[in-house]
Formats: sequence, structure tokens, C-alpha cells
Amino acid sequence: MHTAPAAARLVPVLTVEDLTTVFPTPRGLVKAVDGLSFSVGAGRVMGLVGESGSGKSVTGYSIMGLVEPPGHIAGGRILFAGRDLVRQSRTEMRSLRGRAIAMIFQDPAMTLNPVLRISTQMVEAIRAHEKIPRAEAWKRSRDALGLVGIPSPDERMSAYPHEFSGGMRQRVAIAIALLHRPSLIIADEPTTALDVTIQSQILARMQLLMKQYDMAMIWISHDLSVVSRLCDDIAVMYAGRLVETGLADRVIAHPRHPYTRGLIDSLPSRARRGERLRQIEGMMPEPLDLPEGCVFSNRCPRADAACRANPVMSVSTYGAWQWRCVHPLNEGPVHGHS
Amino acid sequence: MLGWLIRRVLQAALLVLATTVIVFIGLHFVGNPIDILVSPQADSVERLRLTKALGLDLPLWRQYLRFLDGVAAGDFGISFVYGQPALRLILERMPATFELAGAAMVIAVGFGIPLGLYAGLRPESPASRLVMGASLFGFSLPAFWVGLMLIFCFAVRLGWLPSSGRGATVSILGVRWSFLTLDGLRHLILPALNLALFEISLVIRLTRAGVREVLPQTFVLFAHAKGLSDTRVIFVHVLKNILIPVITVVGMEFGSLIAFAVVTESVFAWPGMGKLIIDSINLLDRPVIVAYLACMVVIFILINLIVDILYMVLDPRVRK
Repeated sequence: MHTAPAAARLVPVLTVEDLTTVFPTPRGLVKAVDGLSFSVGAGRVMGLVGESGSGKSVTGYSIMGLVEPPGHIAGGRILFAGRDLVRQSRTEMRSLRGRAIAMIFQDPAMTLNPVLRISTQMVEAIRAHEKIPRAEAWKRSRDALGLVGIPSPDERMSAYPHEFSGGMRQRVAIAIALLHRPSLIIADEPTTALDVTIQSQILARMQLLMKQYDMAMIWISHDLSVVSRLCDDIAVMYAGRLVETGLADRVIAHPRHPYTRGLIDSLPSRARRGERLRQIEGMMPEPLDLPEGCVFSNRCPRADAACRANPVMSVSTYGAWQWRCVHPLNEGPVHGHS
Repeated sequence: MLGWLIRRVLQAALLVLATTVIVFIGLHFVGNPIDILVSPQADSVERLRLTKALGLDLPLWRQYLRFLDGVAAGDFGISFVYGQPALRLILERMPATFELAGAAMVIAVGFGIPLGLYAGLRPESPASRLVMGASLFGFSLPAFWVGLMLIFCFAVRLGWLPSSGRGATVSILGVRWSFLTLDGLRHLILPALNLALFEISLVIRLTRAGVREVLPQTFVLFAHAKGLSDTRVIFVHVLKNILIPVITVVGMEFGSLIAFAVVTESVFAWPGMGKLIIDSINLLDRPVIVAYLACMVVIFILINLIVDILYMVLDPRVRK
């Protein structure tokens, strides 16, 4: 699936252009997302990676129109199904949410309402968008539970969330997200809170369903090992900005940006036994106190005066592979792949 | 479930027993009812006759055993003052107090939950700040003073509402109710409002705190992500979660409302249990006081029982 036809990449389901999402704070305006651009091809999985606080979740909320006030989208466009989501009314966004774009969240224990039955929470999701009889919505919900691999869905429909295990709860959340066969799913670290065996099961199930229904997905994660298994494309975020994007396997094999390199090297599986685990030195800068020039320059081993002088980083492009670096790493073959 | 119920009943019985012991000993030290009941001009023969008649000549422990003997047969003794069975005196006045407390509860929930919801959803708005400020007054102003002010404004100055008594009543199954007649309802408004004032403030603050706590939860975000309307998210997803603490506290408070209706009943001359108990304490009418407190204990325990059951209905996580 990594060698998707070029045509699919040319017809993006979602295009984010120069998105800026800000949060006013007493100390100043925090740009949680700053000039972010990327697109997600039909049927493809885009991995959005970065450390906590890099702005990847806020990007997801921005697309859903669920940025917590007083935070808001201050600029840019989000093109989806021929519309700019930034300019849609509340009602229009509500009708898109859950129907055309669905979202699943990190902690399956907190995603479902503890005092409502699974059937209530599924049926309401259907009837929010389709005026069909309750009984029909119930049947469709039950079928959706079966689809994500929940045993005896008929009985489980009347259960409450606490009667499910963590993995099963996440399956229920996925079933709800899939109810309307959305063309895009935003998954905000949906497997982080699960143990590895459950994680693999969920990943396999997601991959299958994506293929089956030809859905595109944005997989928000800090876990590069999951991203390398699941994603076709990758976008690496740092301090609210995009630092590198391209085909996932190429970027992970031959990263151009020192930050991407650092993320990959931090994976424990990359270190040999007995070898010291590698890490990126330093901390992500305070959002109100970003370094001049390249935002990564204060942690970057390759940074020099040129990095700190340049106020706006130019984006170097090689085909669909883009990076924002004055001194990109230059390893591995570049030619003959795009 | 049955074991739990039996434990509850045993607990209740023990509590009633402990209460009666405390009242017996306490009242014994407070004073001799004979001094109050007998006119100062009465001679010692007369005093002795009355002391014997009321059984006050026996040692305290024998008086208590005699009382227990009566209770076993459902008899809490004869009121020293009214000469009627104490329990009957209490039960006769109970509906009036229940009606007052019930009306206060309806007012508290009816105003408290919507105001608390609003204050929780729009914490920054001037109206919310006003509501929260006003609720502070509800907490801190003494009930008797507010009662007098209500009478002054609405009964004396404006003359809109009556200030005392129950007004016309309708009898259902031998119990008189005020709220079924227009006149009775008019009589009920001021005392109920007075009694409700503290509870409104409490419900507002509880609801607001609940909303603030539930809103940032992921399940609210997920509900929005499903494309549900704001109304559905607030009135189903949020409200159902905050009702759990609100019902618990409101349920517990119902007992306090009945117990503390004393002040309101005195101010508005509402003929309920509270007024009876104040008069009885002044006259050291021990059978009535003991019967009243025993009733209170039973009521509190019943309310706790009902709250526990409601809790199970509302929160699936505590169901076994």
C-alpha cells in the first residue's frame, strides 16, 4: 500500500494550507499551529508526528472545528470536499462532524460517556445525521460493533462503557467513528493507552477497514514505530510548524531534517543492546519564547549562525518531499524515487 | 441486597435507641417539667400528684425502661402538655412540614439547576457572575431575617401574598394539603421560598461545579465530534453526569430541610412539626421531643436509603 498510484496523491481528500491556530493567554498569543500546510490523499494514511506540545492534536481539533475557545483558527484554509472548513458556519461544521470527518481519541476510558448505554451513544450518532427510525439505527449500530470485532454485539449493545476492557472500548469508539463511512478519520493517538498486543489487533483492524471503505486517515502519534507500520505519508511537526513531510518509508529511512533524525534515533528499537539510548538534547522551547530563525536551532547539533539569522524558513522541495532546514542531512539516495 | 437492607434497618434501630437515651439523660439535666407544668401557686400535694401521674417519681433508668416498654407496643407516651399520644401529635403535623420542605426542594431544583447550568456554561458572562454573587447571599443570610424581609416586602408593603398559616386545604386520605388550593398555594409560596433560599444556592454551586468538571472531559469532545447538537450534548451527556452528585446532596438535604423547617415555621406560623417541637422544648414535654427525634432519625435513614437507590439508577458503575 505504500506504492499508491500517483493519481491518488493528486486528488487530496483534505488540503491544509497555511493553517494557524492561536490561543490567547495572559502572557501573549500562543501559536499552537503556525503556518501548517499538508494534504491527505484519498485512501491514504498520513502520520502526523511530533513531541507533546508540537501542535499535532490542535491540528486535528482545528480540522474538526473543535478548538476550545478562546483558542481559534487565525488564518489559513482547510479544504475538504470542495469547501473551506475555516469558513463554514457552526451548523455546517456540525453536519460534517461524525458524518464526513470522524475523530477518535487517545484514552478509550474517557471517550465514551460513563452513564449512557453503548446503544444510546451509537444510535444518537446515527440519528444526528440521518432521520431514520430508532430500530433501524439500532440494527446498524449492532452491525458496526460486529464489524470492529466485538463478540456477541447483540448483548453488548445494552452494556455500559465500564463493562468493556480498554481495547474493546476503543473498538466501540472506532465503530462509532465508522458509522457514517466518513471519507476522513482523524485518529488522535488511539492506541497509545493500550498494551502492545491489543495495539496490534486494533492497527490490523483499522488497516483492513480503511481499505474496505476507501477512507483516508490522519494518524496523530508520537510513536514512530506505529507510524512506520501504518502510514503512507508522514508529516513531522515541531513547535507548531511542519519541519518535514514526504512518503513515510523514505522519510523514516533517510530523514532530511535533524529533528526527524533525532525522533527516529530516540526509538529504543534502533539502539543495540547495551548501547545507551539516544535522545534529543534539551526541551521544546516555550511557545511564547521561540528562538529566532529555525525553531529547532537551540537543540540542533548542526545549527549555526545562518539558522538563527533567517527569520522565515524557506521550504526546500524535492518532489513531494519537503523539509525546512538550512543544513539538511544529505544521506542516502534521492534521485529516481519520485 | 437483602443483607444490605437488614443491616440498614438494624442500624436505624440502634440509632433510634441511642437518640432516646441521649434525650432522656439530656432533658433530665435541663430541668424538671413539673416546675413548668404546675402553676406557681400549687401546693406540694398537687405537685406530688402530678409527678406520680407523669411517672416522674421513678428513677431515670426505670422511666426509660417503661418508655421502651411502651415503644415496643408503638406507644411513645402521652404528651405532658396536650394529654394526647405524642406520636399522634407529631404525625398530625408531619404533612404540613413535608409539604413545606417538598415545595422548597422543588423551588431549589427548579431554579438551581438551570441557573447553575448557565453559570457553568458561560462562566465569564456578567449574568453568571451575578448569579454566583447572589448565591453567596443565599448561603450567608440568616433564614429568620430573610423570612421577616419576605413578609415585610410581599405581605406588608406590596400585600401580594399572605404571611402566615396554611390557608385553605384539601383533604386527601385524611391528610390536609395546602398546595391543591389556590389560597393554600399562595400561603405556601413565601415560607417555601424562605426555606429554599439556602438550597437554591447550594444547587446552583453544585451544578456549576459539575458542569465545569464534566465539560473538559473527552467524552464531551467525542459527543461533539459525533456531530450531536449542543442541546443534546448539554442536556443528555453533561446533565446526566452532573445529576449524580446533585441528587445525592439534594436528597441528603431534604432531611435537613425537614429538620430545620423549625425557623421558617416559626416565622410564618406554619403549623408543622417544627413549631410543635419548639413549643415542646420550651415546656420540656419529653414524650413529644423523644417521639419527634425518633421520627427524624427514621426519616433521615429512609432518605439515605432512597438516595442510595436513586444513585444506583443514575450511575451504572455502582450497580452490582
